[in-house]
Amino acid sequence: MAEITFSKKSLERYEWLLTRYPSKEAVLLPALHLAEEEFENIGVKEMKYVADLIGIPPARVYGVLTFYTHFRRAGCGKYHIQVCSTLSCALRGSHEVYQRISERLGIEAGETTPCGRFTLSKVECLGSCDTAPMLQMNDDYHEGLDLELVDQLIEQWRAELPEGGSS
Amino acid sequence: MAFKKVLTRHVGKKDCHTLKFYKKQGGYAQAEDAVKNQDPDALIDLVKASNLRGRGGAGFPTGVKWAFVPKHTDKAKYLVVNADESEPGTFKDRVLMEKNPHLLLDGIIICSKAVGIHHAYIYIRGEFVFAYRRLLEAVEEAYSDGLLGKGIFGSNFDLDVTLHRGAGAYICGEETGMLTSLEGKRGEPKLKPPFPAVEGVFGCPTVVNNVETLANLPYILEIGADAYKKIGPEKCPGPKLFCVSGHVENPGTFELPMGVNLLELINKHAGGVWKGRSLKAVIPGGSSAHVLHADECDVAMDIESLDEAGSMLGSAGIIVMDDSTCMVDALLNIMRFYHHESCGQCTPCREGTGWLEKLVHRIASGGGRHEDLQLIQDVCDRMVGKTICALADAAAFPAESIVKKFPEDFLHAIEQGGSPASRNRSRAAVGGGTDV
Repeated sequence: MAEITFSKKSLERYEWLLTRYPSKEAVLLPALHLAEEEFENIGVKEMKYVADLIGIPPARVYGVLTFYTHFRRAGCGKYHIQVCSTLSCALRGSHEVYQRISERLGIEAGETTPCGRFTLSKVECLGSCDTAPMLQMNDDYHEGLDLELVDQLIEQWRAELPEGGSS
Repeated sequence: MAFKKVLTRHVGKKDCHTLKFYKKQGGYAQAEDAVKNQDPDALIDLVKASNLRGRGGAGFPTGVKWAFVPKHTDKAKYLVVNADESEPGTFKDRVLMEKNPHLLLDGIIICSKAVGIHHAYIYIRGEFVFAYRRLLEAVEEAYSDGLLGKGIFGSNFDLDVTLHRGAGAYICGEETGMLTSLEGKRGEPKLKPPFPAVEGVFGCPTVVNNVETLANLPYILEIGADAYKKIGPEKCPGPKLFCVSGHVENPGTFELPMGVNLLELINKHAGGVWKGRSLKAVIPGGSSAHVLHADECDVAMDIESLDEAGSMLGSAGIIVMDDSTCMVDALLNIMRFYHHESCGQCTPCREGTGWLEKLVHRIASGGGRHEDLQLIQDVCDRMVGKTICALADAAAFPAESIVKKFPEDFLHAIEQGGSPASRNRSRAAVGGGTDV
């Protein structure tokens, strides 16, 4: 397995981050965000890299990382579809949105398609209750959904990610 | 006097998020005056006199909070902006950060000058990627224009602002959880005292203010405390962002004077209950508030009035439920949220939120017993006030109030083999009659 490392740009960003906090440990969350941008998913290898970079034990990184739900963990599909399921979205049909995606992709929450393209999750409030129901796909919010829009999104995502082209 | 929007006045206009636009509207004039001409103590006194109260949920008087920070200390002082908006039903700070980010920076500068702070962190929830990018652009613009950095506005006052992304944890909206998270740790809240004002992030005196709170500051400086106090109730005044979601025709964020009537907000501004249905219940201040029955909704939306009504203004996240909603399913949804978000430090919260979810789930799925309703209350009694932070209370308040105010829905589910949604699994998880 090849050794992983940040790109020059990410390393420069990391060095800049160190100047923004009075404690080195405080750069852990920003460094994990950087690692996610750089490596897409964060597994043991990536955690160890970040730990070595900051100079803290890998177990510390693991403990912090697993406290938070945001980071894409090893095995996550290329497109991570997170359907908000909290009250305001639920009142306006998030369950139907979830069901439709689940049927179309053939996976349940917490699962990844065998091709590795899509992971489906049900998540808690994403702070977009006025445009419920909604979902987040990687960085982007898709709001004010109905089943027709959901179908369009799935077609669009499938076209963007040809089968066999996944990581 | 007709109410004039302050915080969202220009939202929707082209380039309203840019520095050029903001400055054209007179933006940063108050920050510049504060930095160059104002005495810090006078600024704190002004904010105290304005009766500005925190917009994040607790409603603490902002000026009083600032005054707790020691004046003379060898330590650095920090401002941490709570932009971790995550209380279900709340989406107001997002509007400010996406559409009016310079207003927030304007407020940050004023607060920093008043308290003697030279570094502010904006802790923004990780999912708000677009808002983060908007803020990042705004911060970069402000640095290039000499509004942040060394010697801002040509004065000898230095101020740095650093954006810090959270990573998906509701508990990091709790101020001590947020500070722990900012230090690079698991976002577990801490016991108070010591309060952050004395010993906050990195062991230093820290002001924690919500985005909307800070966004009020330029206007207070502009019109003065007396004029500000005339907007809404004197004890809790000012322009306020109200978030309305759920079963209304026109959900959204509405800027209105503090103290607007809840029914007016729902019926006039949010277009009324959708599909011609009638009102069943409203959560007025984010999902951790006590629920209001439809006949309790003729109430003013301010801290005192909602306290008297047995609920709270909280984050002003108003969730409206129509007469098709099954309150057992609604409560199950809320309980699942708090169980998921409990950080697990305190036993009453870690176990209590789990038990509440299990109990409500049992009732919803047809296995409920009559004595479960008292059991829910007993669990709540063992949670409220017994933990480090208020998450346990936040779970218990909707549980006890929904069971108490809508016993018929629970009895129906217990006696008829479950909630409508569980009896017909193809239907929505909440609002069995909702035909979306």
